[in-house]
Amino acid sequence: MTASSPNLLFGTIDEARTALADGSITSTALTQSVFDHIEAIEADVHAFIRLDRSNAMEAAKEADQRREQGATLGPLDGIPISIKDQIVTKGLETTAGSKILSGYIPPYDATVVQRLKKAGAIILGKNNQDEFAMGSSTEYSAYGATSNPYDLSRVPGGSSGGSAAAVAAGAGFASLGTDTGGSIRQPAAFCGVVGVKPTYGRVSRFGSIAFASSLDQIGPITRTVRDAAHMLQAIGGPDPRDSTCRDTPMPDLLSSLEDGAKGLRIGIVKEAFEPDGLDPEISSRVMETANQLAAAGAELVPVSIPSLPHAIAAYYLTATAEASSNLARYDGVRYGQRADIGDVRKANLVDMYNQTRSEGFGPEVKRRILLGTYALSAGYYDAFYVKAQRVRTLIGRDFQRAFQQCDALCLPTSPVAPFAQGERTADPLQMYLADIYTIACNLARVCAVSVPAGLDASGLPVGVQFICNHMQEPMLLRVARACEVQTGGYNPPTPIQGLSAEGG
Amino acid sequence: MPISHEDVEHVAKLARLQLSAAEVEQMAQELGTILDYVARLDSLDLDTVDPNFYEASENLPQREDEPQDSLPQSDALENAPDDDGCFFIVPRVV
Repeated sequence: MTASSPNLLFGTIDEARTALADGSITSTALTQSVFDHIEAIEADVHAFIRLDRSNAMEAAKEADQRREQGATLGPLDGIPISIKDQIVTKGLETTAGSKILSGYIPPYDATVVQRLKKAGAIILGKNNQDEFAMGSSTEYSAYGATSNPYDLSRVPGGSSGGSAAAVAAGAGFASLGTDTGGSIRQPAAFCGVVGVKPTYGRVSRFGSIAFASSLDQIGPITRTVRDAAHMLQAIGGPDPRDSTCRDTPMPDLLSSLEDGAKGLRIGIVKEAFEPDGLDPEISSRVMETANQLAAAGAELVPVSIPSLPHAIAAYYLTATAEASSNLARYDGVRYGQRADIGDVRKANLVDMYNQTRSEGFGPEVKRRILLGTYALSAGYYDAFYVKAQRVRTLIGRDFQRAFQQCDALCLPTSPVAPFAQGERTADPLQMYLADIYTIACNLARVCAVSVPAGLDASGLPVGVQFICNHMQEPMLLRVARACEVQTGGYNPPTPIQGLSAEGG
Repeated sequence: MPISHEDVEHVAKLARLQLSAAEVEQMAQELGTILDYVARLDSLDLDTVDPNFYEASENLPQREDEPQDSLPQSDALENAPDDDGCFFIVPRVV
């Protein structure tokens, strides 16, 4: 990093763009300084499963050459970012945090990765995550846990915990995560950054390793709302290779970004402030943020989502059933790990499946495969999976009714502050219950964002969540930006600044 | 309420997972706890509510059914645990 820009590591994409444009830094120097910073902090944070130095430095050099020739590609050209390991990258090992995919080198790029490369973004490496995106703490990774940059003894959330921790810690300007039940928004809230779950069908999932196909979406994690708009603008829109991706072009996300709070109708979800497990400090911080928006000209409207208390049950039946089917592909035949079966001519095929899967999957993935298989098995399909889909209809109706009264819903992202490592792994249901505020959006397929709303009394980040109707991303980001103006948004974590200074 | 060990073993067999006795015991407890929790859905009157399977598939684009280049065979075999250059090698199937 040059002496004139000591804080660029923690800065915004637009600040980096300006520095690149006025020649005060090159993409090569910027990318190198991010790698130096990662080296100083990674032993404590562990936000990455692997780095891709040589290709990143090569891509940075190309970005600098384009700039010299006046052929810069757009807002992301020359900007270092990272990608959750759930998303495949051509030629770069991709494991989804699982042992069963260790050594897997994808022969193709996910559509979102292709689009980011085409936009000139520099890919630093792959972020740590809960195995196959199953978890809310990044403790279920086969490659070790990630720490929260604001308190290294606490979890960063999950499953995109490596992505959120990297962005919060200044290790790149943005990351892509995946969100099946809150896996972008909850870690964004825990790490004090912005996380967007787009509408189902807004962003192509081609190349996103499938967890629950009726719920999964890819979205950005960034330090500011404007940065999220730049990223979403680049990755969204139709893709013939994903049949669930809608053919509506991505609208301009920047033109209405600064339209402000005036005239917005913000729905305050009654049921969201009732659960016993809600941290009172989070509850009051979210209400305080809503009141700030009201003072800035928004109207607060009380709304009700009566089905919200049933969302977790419907979610865990739906997601595990779909996961049990999607994860059937890991069988030791075409890719990934195969258990040691000795002489293949003497081995038994079913034994090979059993051994490969039992050795390759971690405990949470096994638990979910078993639950999902149970929910789909003969005699239980109607009682579990179909019932969950009926509840899903109720949740969708409740959201549509609420959106007749308001432009966006406001509620906490997580009922609890970032918890200590090891605190919740012994009780799977307790871990699931912490997803109460995020999973309903996935079931209803609407879009949502978590925005930093300052720190609690212990210095831990609090996230406030906004939810908008299908395909309303311009409104979603406008509301998020209006909120960010009120709360002040992202603040660099103190422990990381200490590490970085020690590391030189 | 824990589910039976037989149920856990049956489901594990369907899912091609081999569980130790300790894992069977643990899963019987944990799955029981989760199933008790999801039983709360029984309190809802859902008889007249359609399951939401298809909403997302409305108005989705369809491409022309025309052949296109696919992954070359050598690339497709690149990650195979065992292959002979043409086929995936697996233990005898029949």
